Amino acid sequence: MSSVLRATGLNKTFAAGGMFRAIGADKKAVVDLSFDLQAGQTLAIVGESGSGKSTVARMAMQLLAADSGEIFWGDEEVTHLSGSALRSRRRHIQMVFQDPFASLNPRMKIWESVAEGLKVHQPSLSRGQRRDAVAAVLNQCGLDEGGMDRYPHQFSGGQRQRIGIARALIVEPKVLVLDEPVSALDVSVQAQILNLLNDIQKDRGLSYLFISHDLSVVRHIADHVAVMFAGHVVEQGAVADVFGNCRHPYTDALLKARPIAHPDERSPVDTLAATDEGVAESGCPFRNRCTVAQSDCAGFDARLNAQGFACLHPLNITTDE
Amino acid sequence: MNERCSILLERGRRIGHTAAMLEVRNLSLSVSIQGNRVEAVSGVSLQLEPGRVLGLVGESGCGKSLTAQAILRLGEFQGVEKSSGDILLDGESLFEMSDEQLRRTRGGHVAMVFQEPMTALNPVFSIGSQIIEVIRLHLDLSKQQARQRAIDLLNDVGMQNTEQLLKQYPDSLSGGMRQRVLIAMAMAADPDYIIADEPTTALDVSVQKRIIALLLNLQKKRGLGLLLVTHDFGLVAEMCDDVAVMYAGQIVESGPVKEIFDHPSHPYTRALMGCRPEVSQSGGSLPVIGGQVPPPGRWPTGCHFAPRCALADASCAAPVATDAWHEGRHTARCVHGEAR
Repeated sequence: MSSVLRATGLNKTFAAGGMFRAIGADKKAVVDLSFDLQAGQTLAIVGESGSGKSTVARMAMQLLAADSGEIFWGDEEVTHLSGSALRSRRRHIQMVFQDPFASLNPRMKIWESVAEGLKVHQPSLSRGQRRDAVAAVLNQCGLDEGGMDRYPHQFSGGQRQRIGIARALIVEPKVLVLDEPVSALDVSVQAQILNLLNDIQKDRGLSYLFISHDLSVVRHIADHVAVMFAGHVVEQGAVADVFGNCRHPYTDALLKARPIAHPDERSPVDTLAATDEGVAESGCPFRNRCTVAQSDCAGFDARLNAQGFACLHPLNITTDE
Repeated sequence: MNERCSILLERGRRIGHTAAMLEVRNLSLSVSIQGNRVEAVSGVSLQLEPGRVLGLVGESGCGKSLTAQAILRLGEFQGVEKSSGDILLDGESLFEMSDEQLRRTRGGHVAMVFQEPMTALNPVFSIGSQIIEVIRLHLDLSKQQARQRAIDLLNDVGMQNTEQLLKQYPDSLSGGMRQRVLIAMAMAADPDYIIADEPTTALDVSVQKRIIALLLNLQKKRGLGLLLVTHDFGLVAEMCDDVAVMYAGQIVESGPVKEIFDHPSHPYTRALMGCRPEVSQSGGSLPVIGGQVPPPGRWPTGCHFAPRCALADASCAAPVATDAWHEGRHTARCVHGEAR
């Protein structure tokens, strides 16, 4: 296996801006994040809103510059590239967005939107060749090529997401960055899109960086997972390990908050009080919400250890540790 | 307190001779699509009793929100028209109420909690003034009394520093906090029924669980009848006593929650439950439903689900009764219900 997308020590801080510059604190969106995505694999980044997961996606795409740290597309370090040098390498990595309607130009026919990447990366193609390529990729995405002269509003949400995927695939990338690709879809359509992503991955040996807040979806589609809280990766590892035997209390809380599958699984929730705030500014960021936090957590430098979690008081301790 | 007392008395009298119940009876609604009136909800019947939670489940476009909004006759503001049927509140038709009675019923007797806590609160008024407005609209209380009631309500929904909170504006609260404020507002006039339209969809998972617990806690403590409108079977599993599943404008299956989960009897219910990633094995393919939901105006004459159904045959071409298959209170609009 070879690495197709790698990040080492990424940091990003957003400065408090606008008229609250004087009173606002800078927001650490991503702190010391590293990952290595292998060919044909799916790495999921999960977290709640504000955890920094979309910032990671934008940095992986080089749509947003990191304050420090490096990003590699394949073997090439791309953090220092810009302009046409960067553009010519964008064939390697493409993005699919959450809201497929907002990401398609309503005044362009479907085939024109899908073919845009070809104009940049294969400018020698004729119009007819571009249309053939669009027809082929639409077919692979489960859409009838007969619809290629229609406009986005003539398609349902699920079809638009297929168009979004087709547009990313047409330049034959090695990596897709998928930012909440199924969150806006009905559950039956969500299943179709997840199956499509699985099929395409098998077919083309693609790698996915899959951003999501939905642990059921992640468990279904990903090989590896990084759990983010307030910019920190608090736990990282193979999906089976993290979901089957999680060590960080935040991962545990997320897993327990998952929707249940059957009314027999109902369990009383005792935390009625509204305590859903409070990222700790120093030490472990999760300690204000943590059920097992102790005084030493205030001084803990929350970084992943060799076993893939960032916690002084991990759960599920086995005897051989 | 006089007005409040008379409402309560009036309500008591009504309850005296008919069952206390919010009943949607054979309701059909039409909407306007490109100048034509098209049926969007077709013969829906629901019964919501105090102290029970009824889930109305379906995918987008199936008519569940239209039905929920019609209960308070809210859809009429957006051009939704009733073509037949009735809505009865403790035996009294909402369509025979005067504007004044209707105004008192909305929020006073039946309250709503909406999906979007960001847009349901007015950003330019403080939390306090918005809650107190609702309280004084329905209850004959002085400003001081209303203020105290607002504080009590906010305490009930788990908020802290409530005195301070009254002066704050919606933008200073997180999504979960805003949803709690909206639930407090819904409780302002001690309603008997709450209609919650996707109350947790816009929230983070860990917050969702607490809002669910809060709603259930209030519902039990006050004996509320709760109508939960959702697309999420996980939420139904978590909260509901009874379930009604909608597809293309019709109720296709209804019954007690355990019955529905243990023995889903309509092919659509089975298919919808099967494609959830939380019930599948990881990896591999998820079961899917082929085709798409037909939009209003393009429904088949017979079973609405037939064109996408693996069991469909010639017998599905004729209209199917709501209870074509039934076992006790569990009904399915399917002539092949036995094949479950």
